[in-house]
Parts: sequence; C-alpha cells; structure tokens
Amino acid sequence: MKKILTGNYAVAEAVKMARTEFIAAYPITPQTTIVERLAEMVERGELSAEFVRVESEHSALAAVYGASAGGLRAFTATSSHGLLYMYEMCWWVANSRLPVVMALVTRTIGPPWNIHTDHTDLLTLRDSGWILAMSENAQEAFDLTLIGFKVAERIDLPFAVGLDGFQVSHTAEVVDIPEQEEIDRFLPERRRDRPFVIEPGNPITVGGLTTNECAMMLRHDMMRDIEKVGDLVRNSGYIRDYDLVEKYRLEDAEYVVVMMGAWCGDAKDAIDILRDEGVQIGMLRLRFVRPFPAKEIAKIDCKKILVVERDSSIGKGGIIATEVKSVADSPVQSVMAGLGGVDVGVEDFVAMFRRFVEGDLGEWWM
Amino acid sequence: MKIKDLSKEKYLLPGTTACQGCPHALGLKTLGMALGDRFVLVVPAGCTTIIAGSRDKSAFKFPCLHVPFASAPAVATGLGSAFKKLGKNGIPVVWMGDGGSDIGFATLSGACVRKDDMIVIVSDNEAYMNTGIQTSGTTFWKAKTTTSPKGKKEEKKDLALIMLMHKADYVATASVGYLQDFIEKLKRASEIEGFRFIHLHSPCPPGWGFDSSETVEVARMAVKCGAWILWEFDGKFKISTQSKPYKDKKRRLPLADYLKRQRRFRHLSDEDIAEIERRIDEQWKIILALEKVFS
Repeated sequence: MKKILTGNYAVAEAVKMARTEFIAAYPITPQTTIVERLAEMVERGELSAEFVRVESEHSALAAVYGASAGGLRAFTATSSHGLLYMYEMCWWVANSRLPVVMALVTRTIGPPWNIHTDHTDLLTLRDSGWILAMSENAQEAFDLTLIGFKVAERIDLPFAVGLDGFQVSHTAEVVDIPEQEEIDRFLPERRRDRPFVIEPGNPITVGGLTTNECAMMLRHDMMRDIEKVGDLVRNSGYIRDYDLVEKYRLEDAEYVVVMMGAWCGDAKDAIDILRDEGVQIGMLRLRFVRPFPAKEIAKIDCKKILVVERDSSIGKGGIIATEVKSVADSPVQSVMAGLGGVDVGVEDFVAMFRRFVEGDLGEWWM
Repeated sequence: MKIKDLSKEKYLLPGTTACQGCPHALGLKTLGMALGDRFVLVVPAGCTTIIAGSRDKSAFKFPCLHVPFASAPAVATGLGSAFKKLGKNGIPVVWMGDGGSDIGFATLSGACVRKDDMIVIVSDNEAYMNTGIQTSGTTFWKAKTTTSPKGKKEEKKDLALIMLMHKADYVATASVGYLQDFIEKLKRASEIEGFRFIHLHSPCPPGWGFDSSETVEVARMAVKCGAWILWEFDGKFKISTQSKPYKDKKRRLPLADYLKRQRRFRHLSDEDIAEIERRIDEQWKIILALEKVFS
C-alpha cells in the first residue's frame, strides 16, 4: 500500500510493523516526530510495546539496553546532541553485542545551536561497532529500519539508520508499505536467547571484569562479524533488493562521485544534466558507512573520484574521503560542503561536478 | 522473621576479592538471603565491579548485569519491562555506591518519578572508595578524603530524604550493622510494587580508617550516637526499632566516640564535634517531624 509519509513517520511505521516490544526515547529536534508518532501508536493500541518517557538520551539507550538484555526487540531514536549525550551507552551496547536499532536523524553539532542536517553526528559512531546505514529518502528510511532489525538480530550488533534532518525527516513522500504478513514472514519474533538473556534464576554475569585477551577477542570478533553484513543485506529476503551501495549511471563512468544521504537526489539530477552534455559521470552512493563498502569502492574503474560530504574532521578533512582514499584505485578528490545544513542544490552540484571534471575544483565550502 | 527460616543458599560465593571487613560484601550476602532467586542485580562502576570477580571466577550466584556508571536505574527499567512482557517473576535490583548516585542522580530521579519497578540500594561508604577515597556528595562534613585533604567543606546530601520527597513507593535507611533490619526492609520492599529505595550505611575500613574487624561495630556506633537514623516509609513513616531509643538524646553514645574511632575524623576540634552534634540534632528534628506528618 502506498502512503504519504515524512521520513520520521516512515521510520515509526517500520518500528510498528517490526512489532517492536520496547521503546525509550527523549525528544530532540528533528527526531521528535518519530517518538511522538510511536507514543500515539502505543496509546491507541496499534503497537503492543512498552514506551518509556526517559529523562535523558543516556537513559533512553540504557533502558533500551536493559530491555534488549532481557530479550526484547528494542528501539530508540535521537539526533546530534542527544547522540553525544548517550555516546557512552552506544559503545556499551555495541560491545555487549545487543541487536538494538536506533534511528539517527542527522543534525549539526553545536555551538552555535543549529537544527539542520550535517553527518558528523552519525560519523561519531564510526568506530564503535554499530552498523551504520544512511538513507536517501523516506522509503529507504522505512526499509532500512526493518532490514536493520533483521541484520542486527542475525549478527548480534546494533544498527543505526541515518536520515537527514528535515530533508528526509520532515519531507512527505510516497512510501510503499508492504502488508503486515509480508513483514512478519521477513522478520519473525526475536530469538530471545541471543546473544544472552538476563533473567531471574539464571546466574550469569555480563559486562564485568575479564582478561585483557577477552576484551581484545571481543573487538576481533565484532570486526569479523560486521564483514558479514554485506551478504546479509543482499540476501535478507526483504521485498526490495538492497546493497551496501547504490550505483547510479556508473557502468561507463569516467568520473565518479561518492556521497551519502538526502542530497544525493539533487546530485543525481546534476549527473543527469551533465550526462545530457555528454560527460561520462556517475555516482556510487554509500548506503552503509559501517561496514565500509571497501570492495565496491576498490572496484571503481575511472579517471578520478570526487567525495562530497557533509561532515568534517578538524585537522584532517572529510571523513569519508579519508576512508575512500584508503581503498580506491583511482585518484580521489575531497569536498566538504553543506555543513551546518547550508543548502547545496542541483545548480551547485552541476557547477561543482563540472569543475571536478575540468580539473578546476579547489575547496568548496559555501 | 527468623534468620533460620531464610534461604541457606550462598548467593555471594566464598573467596571474593572484597577487602577484609567490606560492608558491601555483607550487604550482598544479605540480598540473597532476603530475595532468593527472584532478583537480578544491575551494577554500575564501583567497588562491587571488583567484588563480582573476573571472568569464570565470578563471586555471584545470581544474575548480574554490569553497566556504565550513570545508567543503572534506567537499565533496570528496561530489564523490568522485559520480565513483565515475557512473564518472568523477577525484581531488578540496582546495587550502587554513593558515586553511582552522584553521577547517575538524574537517572535515579527519572526512574523514581516514573515509578519504574525496581529496588535501588545505595550502599553508601561516604566517598568514592573504588578509585581511592575521593569526596562524594554523601561524604560527611569535615571528613578527610584524598580530594579534600583538610576535610570536606560541604554538608552531605541526604539521599533517602530526597527520594522520599520524590514520592518513591518505598524508602528506607538501613545499616550493615543491623543486617536483620536490612533483610526485613528488603522483604518489605519486595512486597511492594513500583520504585523502592534503600539507603544502606556501609562503613569502609580502608576509606574511613578503622580496623577491618570493626565494620559492624562502627556501623552500630553510627546508629547509637544518632548520626545515622534508621527509618522506613511505606506510606507511613516509622523510625526503626534500632534507632528508637536515640530519639532521646540522653541515651545516645557520645558522638566523639564514633568520630574519633575513624582516621578521617581524627583532626576534628571540639568545636567541630559540637557543630556536627548540632547538625545531628537538626536531622533528628526533621525525622521526628516526618514521623508525625506521615503517621
């Protein structure tokens, strides 16, 4: 069935259809409408979940952690400062191998206060052990939330679904919603004994002191297991095909743009315009940052690559470009743009890509 | 309640890494006696992280989830939901020190305001002991710690009264010097639904500077001199049997006997002790008034 939904409402719909059993969240713009909608669903009896109105994001993920350790399918959502406030718990959840799903509505980190999109918040999770996905539109936010539960519960790692603040979160689009029976077949009840379950009468201890070797082994195993995510996403059995990347007009591309998130829609329009002019340009869109689609990037055979990203690592530059450079065969150019939600539209991309092709592209910024 | 009727199961296994005379070890042992197989412990960073043991050398014969410092009551909220949803008869019990209740004060407040189903026990040794005796919110006025080498300048915060004003469903103070009273309070708490809070007074031999054989004695002296008042609130506010005699100031042990027993207080002047005594008298006024208000 087709519905008109904002990205946030699409995520809420997916959380409902996943038959999520526990939700804890603290409101933060632009995430708020996800949890408002979920609270409505719970109060109307459409979703049989416990909804806990916690006093902070740290407690949101702590409560979700407890529920997940007790065997429930659990969800939270946040943005920017909320994510930073719960950051300690993010690592605790990852190292505990619990299959939590979180929606992350990207927003600039202050000061100055700014509620608009920037991907640096999402990328602070880069090294933690979370599977990191970034959607382009409401449909993907919906689909990736459901795929998130499936993959997380299969591999025992938490899953974050990124969606751009306002551009996806608050923009209404047509979303194709499968039947509940289809979702139930795709996503059966959580296996409650994995990776462990905390329950009365079962005297196990989780998270306590151990040997240094154990701590090292844990990170080793996480590293090994996250590599399986690509195959799991490709073979998840979801009603639409998904992969770690999307290839847009890439087959014969001499110039390749690597990007992620909502603005890829505008960038694709720019690519179409340049294609009409005969420029052989295409896009490799990252749908996942972790695991990093290294193989897909290494396979790009072109004259040069341009990474355009909405994040910054002060003292180094673009975070994604740094990673792309580490695996790409072709020369890589980096542009940081749209930080703080600064608008970058189709015309900007046309100008940017043209200069890239002509070898005339320096720093971009504004 | 008779001790002989309680579970003989050893929930705290012999040979833990607790210091000699550790009050937490006494308290943890008691938890099992009172609650049996029903409880699951949630432990934030602190001495108990160490006491729990390492890897397969676990000291606990009950389920235990170790969690970040400020998170424990929120984790218990999630666990409690899982027990309910999956039909398991369990009580999440948060066991934390005064450190956990400082750094996680908002978490504690949130869980209490929501009346989430759990028992929170703050085993209070009046300083951050696991990191080596640093001042906490509950450190006694003038007590020496490694971060207040001349003695703490601020008053201690009264957690139990704060939780009472938070409208917790059950609030009590307890002491490792009176474990039978602690067991009775745990049992009472386990019969009530909602948010239950017990503030357990836990004198720490290395932290306070007394011999490790004297933990129980020092804990009892705190009650007998009136510095630690045992009470319980379950809708009604009652001063517990062990503290009742000390409503009458004349029956209290001289305060100096309790204070001078501890290295952290040896520097106190007579004026300091008189000031502490004045503050204890004030505290009694509040407690006696509360007994009337919630009678």
